[in-house]
Amino acid sequence: MRIFDTDVQKLKYQVLREVARHAYDDKLAECYLDIPKTIAPGPQATMRCCIYKERAIAAERVRIAMGGDKTNPHIIEVIDIACDECPVSAYEVGSACRGCLAHRCQAACPRGAISFDETKKAHIDPDKCIQCGKCASVCPYSAITSRKRPCEMACKVKAISMGKNKVAEINYSKCISCGSCVYMCPFGAVVDKSFILDAVKLIRESENNTKYHVYAVVAPSISSQFRYAKIGQVITALKKLGFYNVIEAALGADMVAYSEARELVEKGFLTSSCCPAFVDFIKKNFPKMVQHISHNFSPMVAMGEYIKKTDPDGKVVFIGPCTAKKAEAQLEKAKPFVDCVLTFEELQALIDSRDFDITQLEEDVLDNASYYGRIFARSGGLSESVAQALKEQGLDHFEVRPLVCDGIEACKAALLKANVGKLTENFIEGMSCTGGCIGGAGCLTHGAKDKTEVDKYGMEAYEKTIGDALKMLP
Amino acid sequence: MMKVTICIGSSCHLKGSKQIIEKLQALVAENNLKDKVDLAGKFCMGNCAEGVCVSIGEQVFSVQPDTVQTFFNDEILAKA
Repeated sequence: MRIFDTDVQKLKYQVLREVARHAYDDKLAECYLDIPKTIAPGPQATMRCCIYKERAIAAERVRIAMGGDKTNPHIIEVIDIACDECPVSAYEVGSACRGCLAHRCQAACPRGAISFDETKKAHIDPDKCIQCGKCASVCPYSAITSRKRPCEMACKVKAISMGKNKVAEINYSKCISCGSCVYMCPFGAVVDKSFILDAVKLIRESENNTKYHVYAVVAPSISSQFRYAKIGQVITALKKLGFYNVIEAALGADMVAYSEARELVEKGFLTSSCCPAFVDFIKKNFPKMVQHISHNFSPMVAMGEYIKKTDPDGKVVFIGPCTAKKAEAQLEKAKPFVDCVLTFEELQALIDSRDFDITQLEEDVLDNASYYGRIFARSGGLSESVAQALKEQGLDHFEVRPLVCDGIEACKAALLKANVGKLTENFIEGMSCTGGCIGGAGCLTHGAKDKTEVDKYGMEAYEKTIGDALKMLP
Repeated sequence: MMKVTICIGSSCHLKGSKQIIEKLQALVAENNLKDKVDLAGKFCMGNCAEGVCVSIGEQVFSVQPDTVQTFFNDEILAKA
């Protein structure tokens, strides 16, 4: 079974694994310069033009695995020498152009950018073209295509573009740290910085959890991950890595569902606050809408807060599918409750750095949350949970009319409407990734069955209602 | 104030911590001990095999849903 969707993820994982391996052994300072050679052993180059470039890029990956550029507070970074300078994004006329007589392309072009050569074939003047795509949509031969860069195509908030020397550049005033470009760049030139060293340090310095306890808070989307093993085995692996206990972030989601329902009744209109990329998107693009963002903590932060209440010296490491959670954890309101954020990719690297085979481990148990907390992992789950929370709290006189926004483009459309008061729904469930958290950039794999897996995992919860799960908290 | 901590980690949860919490909350209320007994939760007390773990101070007890009443009588009511 494939552990990753792409070999770019695998490469990133190998680097993270080596960094974690040396960190666990407390030998990183002396060994980190050797990692590029482990990654690209040579003598033949397998990824780039020569072994020297491969190793230079690997060294950059090591740097990002060790926390990246400390002067850059943002999560997503571009490795300039890894950016393969994809062709400049533009519409191009291909060989399918028959040099027809109709010239629909020319008629459709609002800027007069299209002319014809002596063979009657169309040409686009790049200086005049505004990339509107109208010519492409009318060509009867589909001869005109857009050669947009994969990173630009992936970034629906238009935060990444070609900068100096044709290398990709991130505009952080627009970037929401969702990680789409990280996942889509075919050369692995855009990377989310890792806090894997912070996690190893927290574990090591706890001295086997004697000085303080290190808790792993796991996102419910884990149910669609690590498919080659059982969840119970992953829990055992986490404890073998040195975590004191493993807790479901879904219990935080149960808490959020209850308080979100009450806030909705109180305010009458709300946008969700679970997805940090969605929240960041509102803040950066719809300042008028900020007042409508739910004041609830996200499930991650709610869970961290509760853990620290039960164990004030405890440390909280959130493990999930999300790169934007790394940014959220740095916000003032989250900082006291979450000490570190890892992705599932990074967890895989952490596990393999200790060289044990998950599939051979015994199964431990993970059960803290209800069905409703668990389905937060997929698009639509949050809305279902809020409706359920209204019912359970006797607030069902209030009719929730949710608008489930699956992906940041749907979020944008909803916010545009809400911004001008044209939205008929009263609750926007905003999830930046398509499919919800299971579509996150930090997932190992993405597949058609992920949603079914989340629902199945939800059904397996010991507690069937949100209220029952919350009764666990005295 | 007597602090009674009930393990709410996964393992104890599946062995019935919720029933124990509900029962203890009811017993504390019935006996007017709300000012004297503080019920709290904790994720794991490192003794999963003996769950459900309930601690009073340094002492850890193994309580089952059907032994809550006895536990309450002997360890809480008698000492609070």
